Amino acid sequence: MTLLRPRRLAALLAGAAALLGADVASAYTVYVSNEKGNSISVIDSTTLEVKQTVKVGRRPRGITMSPDGKAVYVCASDDHAVQVIDPATLKILRKLKSGPDPELFALHPTGNPLYIANEDDNQVTVLDVEANKVIAQVPVGTEPEGMAVSPDGNTLVATSETTNMAHFIDTKTNKIIGNVLVDARPRFAEFTADGKRLWVSAEVGGTVSVIDPQTRQIIRKIDFKIPGVSRESIQPVGIRITKDGKRAFVALGPANRVAVVNAETFEVEKYLLVGQRVWQLAFTPDEKLLFTTNGNSNDVSVVDVPDLKVVKSIKVGGAPWGVVVSPQ
Amino acid sequence: MLTRVVRLLLPAALLAAAPPCLGLAQAQQPAAVAAETNPPAEAKPLEVRIGLITRAVPPPPLYDLLAVPEDEAVAGAELAVKDNTTTGLFTGQSFALETTTLGEDEDPAQAARTLAANGTRLLIVNLPDAELLKVADAVKDKDAVIFNVGATDDALRAQDCRANVFHVAPSRAMLTDALVQFLASKRWTKLFLITGPQPADLLYAEALRRSAKKFGVKIVADKPWTFGPLGRERSDSITRSDALVFSRGVDADVIVVADEANDFGTYIAFRTYEPRLVVGTQGLTAATWHPAQDAYGSAQLQSRFLRSASRTMRPVDYQAWVAARMIGEATTRTKSADPATLAKFMRTPDFSLAAFKGVPVSIRPWDQQLRQPLLIAQPLDIVSMAPEDGFLHQRTPLDTLGIDEGESRCRLK
Repeated sequence: MTLLRPRRLAALLAGAAALLGADVASAYTVYVSNEKGNSISVIDSTTLEVKQTVKVGRRPRGITMSPDGKAVYVCASDDHAVQVIDPATLKILRKLKSGPDPELFALHPTGNPLYIANEDDNQVTVLDVEANKVIAQVPVGTEPEGMAVSPDGNTLVATSETTNMAHFIDTKTNKIIGNVLVDARPRFAEFTADGKRLWVSAEVGGTVSVIDPQTRQIIRKIDFKIPGVSRESIQPVGIRITKDGKRAFVALGPANRVAVVNAETFEVEKYLLVGQRVWQLAFTPDEKLLFTTNGNSNDVSVVDVPDLKVVKSIKVGGAPWGVVVSPQ
Repeated sequence: MLTRVVRLLLPAALLAAAPPCLGLAQAQQPAAVAAETNPPAEAKPLEVRIGLITRAVPPPPLYDLLAVPEDEAVAGAELAVKDNTTTGLFTGQSFALETTTLGEDEDPAQAARTLAANGTRLLIVNLPDAELLKVADAVKDKDAVIFNVGATDDALRAQDCRANVFHVAPSRAMLTDALVQFLASKRWTKLFLITGPQPADLLYAEALRRSAKKFGVKIVADKPWTFGPLGRERSDSITRSDALVFSRGVDADVIVVADEANDFGTYIAFRTYEPRLVVGTQGLTAATWHPAQDAYGSAQLQSRFLRSASRTMRPVDYQAWVAARMIGEATTRTKSADPATLAKFMRTPDFSLAAFKGVPVSIRPWDQQLRQPLLIAQPLDIVSMAPEDGFLHQRTPLDTLGIDEGESRCRLK
């Protein structure tokens, strides 16, 4: 018989207490890719502290998780691979054939395939993550980055930063079905949960285009104005929209702020001051917290979503780029 | 005369992937929306023809550590034409680049006329000021538009400005403003200016004196360099005592060298009596581009360029890339290949280009100079980017660099 070590016993008891306690918020795990640190910082969403830092491939940028929470995927751009990390052990399980210079990707809602933007090669790689097999390579505009799959899984959107377009790709045929020209340097695309709207940020254009994916028409362009901040430093990148479709959060890069936008009227309600050069965002699944990656101050800001307040900043590795929160 | 034509045809694989409906919805400002247009599947792509005129670089008399590569400017324009072509697949536009490399005695005006006569009227020109003007005037009545990527002369943006010329290369005034802004922000306000003997050096020194006045720094000593091209004498006996004592006893924060030919600027650092930093045309310099630049997505442009040209990107390459991308961007937005239509659009506030500097670059209507941030760099490192924080302007901080509207002597015609 193996005796439990005291520390593990304490952990078990604490875990049991957490399960019983009615007030305890759900504990999620937050994974942050550090582009220049070549590492992943693992944060506990209840303590808001870094639990562990894991070494990964070179220049980790895009990061996502399987819907069942059993795999973390990281674009190791300079190693030309997507690495799969086991969230339980934080060990790298395997390397996937990502095509060259993977930057950002999107997972099909079913968990397979993975759609990867190959920034240097002007293409999207469609990868079967189970078989580690490339299903298709779709040519798109110059420097693809933003990737989003519609909630019904039928449409993939890729944004190309130098071509300035959102390309709509049919996920059954892996062929382009339409292109929408947006403002300069589109970096990120995000569907609303009902799939009726697509939001695309333009970093250098300084705008967010809200597109109707059915007609592929821009129905609104959102502008940002912050007193005392030059127009040039307002550079929208990451976007997250609450599941009820009421509120959107837009990271504004070197403006060091996250814009809170009413997603029904498209009015900007508030600007939240976060760390320096904020790029990507992620909610906890209960949408109580939002994490922001601040690439120039090497930290993550934590936003209390109902209160619209920044509650903490957490030091992470060098140049934090992407962030994902575990589904459970 | 060497002529090289790069016509980027649409590869069959890409055409197969492109759908019959090359849909393109373009939103009009402020919020109105244009319909997604569906050109007929068999429509011929709109052809955009770009010419590039440059001059063959004579081989240096001796081994030159900093020799200009043969394909300077050309490699940058070729990459941008590739980038434009990728976009053109989705917009039904194709791009071709015709490069003319002039031999020693060949006339650039004739080359420009030949290109224009053959229907290539968007001309990227990498030539010194007098030759650039000859080109501009030779095609004045041919409805051609010139993009100056090589000449920094302030006169080209002032008394010698031309309505058919856009300046992608920064002016000397912009370069010295950027550098002096940096010095002022460091509170290094006592400058010792050393000027070379060539006409370009005198112009650089003149621009620097103007910048010093503009940003309130002082030129405490101003001396000509009279010891020859010591920076080029790479032997074991280049130490010259008169050159060594030349800088002695001047109470300055930094030495500013005006040496565009790169003859002596590199010689000065570490050979002065007092320890002095060197800035200007050598040492810490202002430039549009630098191999160490990797912010704002630049790493992507750097690696694309390295893969296609097998060398790092130089400022003139970057300027040629920007020029060809300006043409591409204006073509995408106006759906036209007509030089006059493109030029008209470039002059409006609606035109801007993402150029890997964090902020969009655009055209100043009063002298058709590209407003752009400039890098402040030492040989292997980026130190800062101008405009520096705190230098403000009612229009955009970018207009703190170079000649502003009110002081411009340019009357476009």
